[in-house]
Amino acid sequence: MSVNSVFPQLEQLLPRVSKPIQYVGGELGAVVKDWDDTVVRWALMYPDAYEVGLPNQGVQILYEVLNEQPDVLAERTYAVWPDLEALMKENGVPQFTVDAHRPVKAFDMFGISFATELGYTNLLSALDLAGIPLLSADRTDDDPVVLAGGHAAFNPEPIADFIDAAVLGDGEEAVLEITGIIREWKAEGSPGGRDELLLRLARTESIYVPRFYDVDYLPDGRIQRVVPNRPDVPFRVSKRTTMDLDAWPYPKKPLVPLAETVHERYAVEIFRGCTRGCRFCQAGMITRPVRERSITTVGQMVKEGLEFSGFNEVGLLSLSSADHSEIGDMCSGLAEQYADTNVSLSLPSTRVDAFNIDLAQELSRNGRRTGLTFAPEGGSERIRKVINKMVTKEDLIRTVVTAYSNGWRQVKLYFMCGLPSETDEDVLEIADMAHEVIRAGREAAGTKDIRCTVSIGGFVPKPHTPFQWAKMDTPEVIDGRLRMLKQAINSDRSLGRAIGFRYHDGEPSLIEGLLSRGDRRVGAVIRRAWEKGGRFDGWSEHFSYSRWVESCAEVLPGFGVDLDWFTTREREEQEVLPWDHLDSGLDKDWLWQDWQDSMSEFEQDDCRWTPCFDCGVCPAMDTEIQIGPTGKKLLPLTPVNNLRVPA
Amino acid sequence: MVQRLRLRYAKRGPLRFTSHRDFARAFERALRRAAVPIAYSQGFTPHPKISYASAAPTGVGSEAEYLEIGLQAPVDPEQLRVALDAALSPGLDILEAVIASEGSLADRIDASRWRLELFEVEPKAALAAVAAFNEAQEVLVERMTKQGRRSFDARAAVVRCIVTEEADLPSGAMGVPCAIIDLVVRQVTPAVRPDDVLSGLRVVAGLEPPVPPRVTRLAQGSLTAQGDIVDPLDADREGAGIGGR
Repeated sequence: MSVNSVFPQLEQLLPRVSKPIQYVGGELGAVVKDWDDTVVRWALMYPDAYEVGLPNQGVQILYEVLNEQPDVLAERTYAVWPDLEALMKENGVPQFTVDAHRPVKAFDMFGISFATELGYTNLLSALDLAGIPLLSADRTDDDPVVLAGGHAAFNPEPIADFIDAAVLGDGEEAVLEITGIIREWKAEGSPGGRDELLLRLARTESIYVPRFYDVDYLPDGRIQRVVPNRPDVPFRVSKRTTMDLDAWPYPKKPLVPLAETVHERYAVEIFRGCTRGCRFCQAGMITRPVRERSITTVGQMVKEGLEFSGFNEVGLLSLSSADHSEIGDMCSGLAEQYADTNVSLSLPSTRVDAFNIDLAQELSRNGRRTGLTFAPEGGSERIRKVINKMVTKEDLIRTVVTAYSNGWRQVKLYFMCGLPSETDEDVLEIADMAHEVIRAGREAAGTKDIRCTVSIGGFVPKPHTPFQWAKMDTPEVIDGRLRMLKQAINSDRSLGRAIGFRYHDGEPSLIEGLLSRGDRRVGAVIRRAWEKGGRFDGWSEHFSYSRWVESCAEVLPGFGVDLDWFTTREREEQEVLPWDHLDSGLDKDWLWQDWQDSMSEFEQDDCRWTPCFDCGVCPAMDTEIQIGPTGKKLLPLTPVNNLRVPA
Repeated sequence: MVQRLRLRYAKRGPLRFTSHRDFARAFERALRRAAVPIAYSQGFTPHPKISYASAAPTGVGSEAEYLEIGLQAPVDPEQLRVALDAALSPGLDILEAVIASEGSLADRIDASRWRLELFEVEPKAALAAVAAFNEAQEVLVERMTKQGRRSFDARAAVVRCIVTEEADLPSGAMGVPCAIIDLVVRQVTPAVRPDDVLSGLRVVAGLEPPVPPRVTRLAQGSLTAQGDIVDPLDADREGAGIGGR
């Protein structure tokens, strides 16, 4: 059965929508294959607008890994803006892929990568537009298997009714294994239909199929237990870990869009995982252990990625890039290689120390010193101990002053508000810190012309972190603290003028908190919010707090719980958490101990340079820390003197 | 800068939805992909030496877009054309490259020729509307501009507006009528675009195509007394090989 492009119908609608280029594909690096030449077909979605979704590394990597298989076809789809959604519904145009404009419903797998829970309503829009039943239970053999991945998939319970399966952890090998299972099942003539396929996936013990598990509740609303409802599926589902990043040097052929997107650069992950142990950081907890990509592989990827893409910016990405064991040689080597070009290198820098400035100086030697970002995360020494962000006020001031005296004029400081045990005083100390930064900075730079931006994000407790038991503060408390902080910053007019203040109010964080730690009952809230028009909840102009509050009030009382129960309630040690049957490798006892340590302001060091502290991941997942140094250096590049005709 | 080259390029098919800014970004990346020795402006933030002739609107296809680049090392124009064409997505196609002679590209362009495909419009209806438009002294149309809604004359700048007799139906569904308009418009201020002429046809004759017409720029250049358009690269080809100033 061949599948037709919907482009002729879509083309009629494009002149009537904003930024039509985002829907036409045609990117460098895009792959279009003949439908009939392939056996296993994936539609990959990043559930946000194209401009945000296209640069996503995860989707790009899986897209390339899958398309390298001769009998596999992978195409991409993104959330369509409400203007096009309305026209598509009116004209019967289904959710389509941008590569060959094929209807998503025709694929075998529909994989969605959730970096954040705020994409859940966009999943429902996409399913609806695709003509795929919203509920897994209503789907037939004619529908694709709807598969969730990404960090939010570590607790997919709120979307358990809408997805057929979820993969936890690294995707590169998982998608190939899933492909193999489908290939074999199809070759056998698809025995047992959809149910058999899902069973085969579940038997891998690393693919979660929610329908094979029942959730029982206690009279007070808490979960009693989550158990398999058939004999041959595992009690716990394990995350995936890709070891040896040098063996997986993707993306090799990055997607280069025609439309403007949020990142226009060649991004290379220099390592995966982080053991700094910041207690709020889900990414750092669920991606352990640290696995470095070697300096030479990074150098090779940068060279080939730039040649392929024509980008003139390189991002060296990871959760804390300055921690790579060879970051110094990597930065100076790359800076040397691209010294006489217009290529700029960037290191998302969050570490607060002078070494970071050395690196930044290296990377900006032929460019402008636009701005540096540091993330002390907490305003007071005390709260930084609570969150395990080991940096003193003196360190921070010294680092920032070094930046100002080395020519930087703009420094951004990132903090969180609403952290466990936080008081007004903890937050007000941010103002003291910012004042001190400007005062010392002016002195060091010898000019009043310096600026500092204080940027505040709302804390959201996440599954698989020591803060998974914590209560959230209400939006009123958060907004009150932010108001006080703003006043405190402006209490000194001379200093306050040099300080920018950016923040998000508490309401979206509370809803993100509901979706992060919710269980299957929250699915009804998501559906109701979507039915009421919820879309693009990560965008402040589309997010509606009242829509979510109303949806909660309409559906949750039926379960004997409410919004507060999911968000502002502290959990106890013995409570069964909705994600306990999903194994990130972290030992729950260790997480609990770290939570207790947090409340006694006891800090935990990094296992890369101190002995193992038994978080449990390596033995549970049979993995190990993979770090250098390799001792290798980057060699000078040979200049190109001839025109190059790209393949 | 040791050499200046002028390029004609096309925006085709789905990539006609590329905006001018989108194209400019893609073109700069293509220069790097093809390792073109582009010259840069001096200063704190050097920019590649690229200048564009007036660009077709987003959503409008074109066979005749022009730009000029400055190079810091001489290259063979045809080799450059091949390399750049390969470096751009299919649909953004580099059609010609010539060494620039004296005079500016902008001075050689004062009119465009457009092809308008009006799907599901009977040629007879289009003929009547075009006749009414041509008879009018002035056709006031409105368009949103950066300054807000503006009203201006869409008639005076139109040099030619005719419904062509074509045997073959254009691309699109079979058996559906389609009227094709051949349009030549002088480049004036405020610009009169094919969209404005279509608005004019609605104003004078109530012609409202049920689906968005497909518009393609076929040529740009200087207008002759006969209403034809002279390719702006003709002069460069005649004075070939001066190789910059």
